[in-house]
Amino acid sequence: MTQPGIYWLQQILNALQLGSIYALIALGYSMVYGILTMINFAHGDVFMVGAFLCFLAATVLKLPFVLTLLLTMSAAAGLGVLIERLAYKPLRHAPRVSAIITALGVGLFLENLTLAFYPYPQHVPPLLHNVTWRLGGVAFSSLQLIVISLSLTLMLVLDYVVRRTSVGVAMRAISWDKTFVPLMGVPVNLIISITFAIGAGLAGAAGTMYSLAYPVIDPYMGIMVGWKAFIAAVVGGIGTIRGAVIGAFILGGVEIMVVALLPSTYRDLVVFSLLLTLIVIRPHGILGAPRVQKV
Amino acid sequence: MKKQLSVFLNLLVVSAAIALVGCGARAPKEAAIKIGVIVELTGDMPAVGASSRHAAELAVAAVNHAGGVTVAGKRYRIDLVLEDNAAKPDQSAAVANKLITQDEVIAIVGPNASLGAIPAAEIAEANHTLLITPWSTNPKTTMNTASGAPKRYVFRACFTDPFEGRVLAGFITGQLKARRAAVLYDVASEAPKSQAELFRQTFEKLGGSVVAFETYTTGDRDFSAQLTKIQSANPDVIFLPAYYNDVGLIAQQARRQGLNQTLIGSDAWSSPELVKLAQGSVEGAYFANHYAADIATPTAREFIAAYQQKYGKTPDDVAALTYDAMGLLFQALKTAVAPEREAVRNGMAAITGYPGVTGDIRFAPGSGDPVKSAVIMQVKSGQFAWVTNAVP
Repeated sequence: MTQPGIYWLQQILNALQLGSIYALIALGYSMVYGILTMINFAHGDVFMVGAFLCFLAATVLKLPFVLTLLLTMSAAAGLGVLIERLAYKPLRHAPRVSAIITALGVGLFLENLTLAFYPYPQHVPPLLHNVTWRLGGVAFSSLQLIVISLSLTLMLVLDYVVRRTSVGVAMRAISWDKTFVPLMGVPVNLIISITFAIGAGLAGAAGTMYSLAYPVIDPYMGIMVGWKAFIAAVVGGIGTIRGAVIGAFILGGVEIMVVALLPSTYRDLVVFSLLLTLIVIRPHGILGAPRVQKV
Repeated sequence: MKKQLSVFLNLLVVSAAIALVGCGARAPKEAAIKIGVIVELTGDMPAVGASSRHAAELAVAAVNHAGGVTVAGKRYRIDLVLEDNAAKPDQSAAVANKLITQDEVIAIVGPNASLGAIPAAEIAEANHTLLITPWSTNPKTTMNTASGAPKRYVFRACFTDPFEGRVLAGFITGQLKARRAAVLYDVASEAPKSQAELFRQTFEKLGGSVVAFETYTTGDRDFSAQLTKIQSANPDVIFLPAYYNDVGLIAQQARRQGLNQTLIGSDAWSSPELVKLAQGSVEGAYFANHYAADIATPTAREFIAAYQQKYGKTPDDVAALTYDAMGLLFQALKTAVAPEREAVRNGMAAITGYPGVTGDIRFAPGSGDPVKSAVIMQVKSGQFAWVTNAVP
């Protein structure tokens, strides 16, 4: 048996890796909800498309890692904007249900389109060479560290954009009040598109990181991961960026810790019970605030 | 008016006569027997479904080319009705129902994975229709779980998990001389679950100890927590009775975490997609299989050549077993007293020695499970190489 400290350190690294990937996806859900009060159910599938784009970049174009990441993020961002323009914009003043159904439809469309091209699971060739170091009994995988640090970097960049740039101010303003902000000269449609682009771009990055860590991809991989990231965003406080990140790391952490402590059979049961309890205690999520509806 | 009517009536009579005569001359060539085939064409393991489908089509083409099957003195063409169960239990039950009630097939071949074979077998048994699964190794498929007695209408062409567990446990303790094993399996899938549990029983009986017994659920991608637990238990070997799509992820993550133990697999590893997905992480691993292409008997070599010629690749065990399942079914049809479900079932139960691609197949009275030997394979330089045989 390895020493308890080392064992737990290894599990913490596992939790951080998993949490980072969930966080990148959860951010997309939170941002879109914050600005449009709409759950983009197709987001998990944008993540899946990101992973397949990474696969294409690695096998057909044979690009190195950094270029693959940039290409995947840009292409995913483009896809996000396309979806927004074609599927969600026409329904902005329609009942909420219509937008939700459309989002589900877009998701199904993406899944089946990918399935038509790739009915078999595919293996993504390693984009980075993995080095495993052993420090005092703990095995550090370089890929794990890269995923964690890259994700954290992207989250910090996003935080900067949202808090310090005019685009970010506009995004926050629109999420606060959609009626009067356009009257101030803010190009609402453009800002909404940018929000979708950023969210989808992060999902694309998540797809690339995911392919690094779990190199077997298939068209349905976005479903479960998407749902978990969505739940993470809600638990953290949907609509808030910090909430999405916190929720995602809580989810990743609980998943790993449950498997570390209990038989792995109980993982999903315990994780979802805990999340349900959290929602009951704080219905708006950890960092969420109740929305006041002024008549 | 009267003349027109009589001309019309004459025309009608003449054409009817021609039609009847024509019908009579065509009848023997049109007579066909429908066999239902359920395979995993989409879903988690499409490579399994593709192999099975190819072998089934090859078998039917061969039989039809030779003039069809003669049942009770009459010649019939064999028609395949192919259905996809997407490697899901609910869909398996649904298509089995459809084949039996709507398509009125005389028998069903498939599904392959136990998670689909078990529900389909239940439907077949309830509808008194013969079902033979090429690849399902979980004992529950041919067993009535309520009474513990064997099912009447369900057969299989392969060996079962208890035997496979004994074979692998024996190989690990005997040839690899290892005493500590860790197990990681999919708790939501029938075959891996039963293989893991039976392996644990047999391994411990042989004096080994299972130092870690971890689970995951179908569709999981991250195994880091379970692998870290396994690592801290310090096993000699790791038993992974998973389907080829999961093996790729698990083995790669294990190697990345610094786990260098020998991996041991079940017959679910046998797909050619395995090395494509797992790459170098399964190099040197051992697994149990139903047949080895590189030590083929003359019967097997014929089949392998025909398959390679038609499809351009070496058939895997799913293909070989499906070919044998079809062959068994044709044999059952030949000895059946009538082209009816009950008669075909009796024909199958009466098979005392069928020389299949995967070896000699015979059913003991009252049992749908054949007694067969297994082979142990190793992944060497990305190819499957035969290591040893294991007779029951």
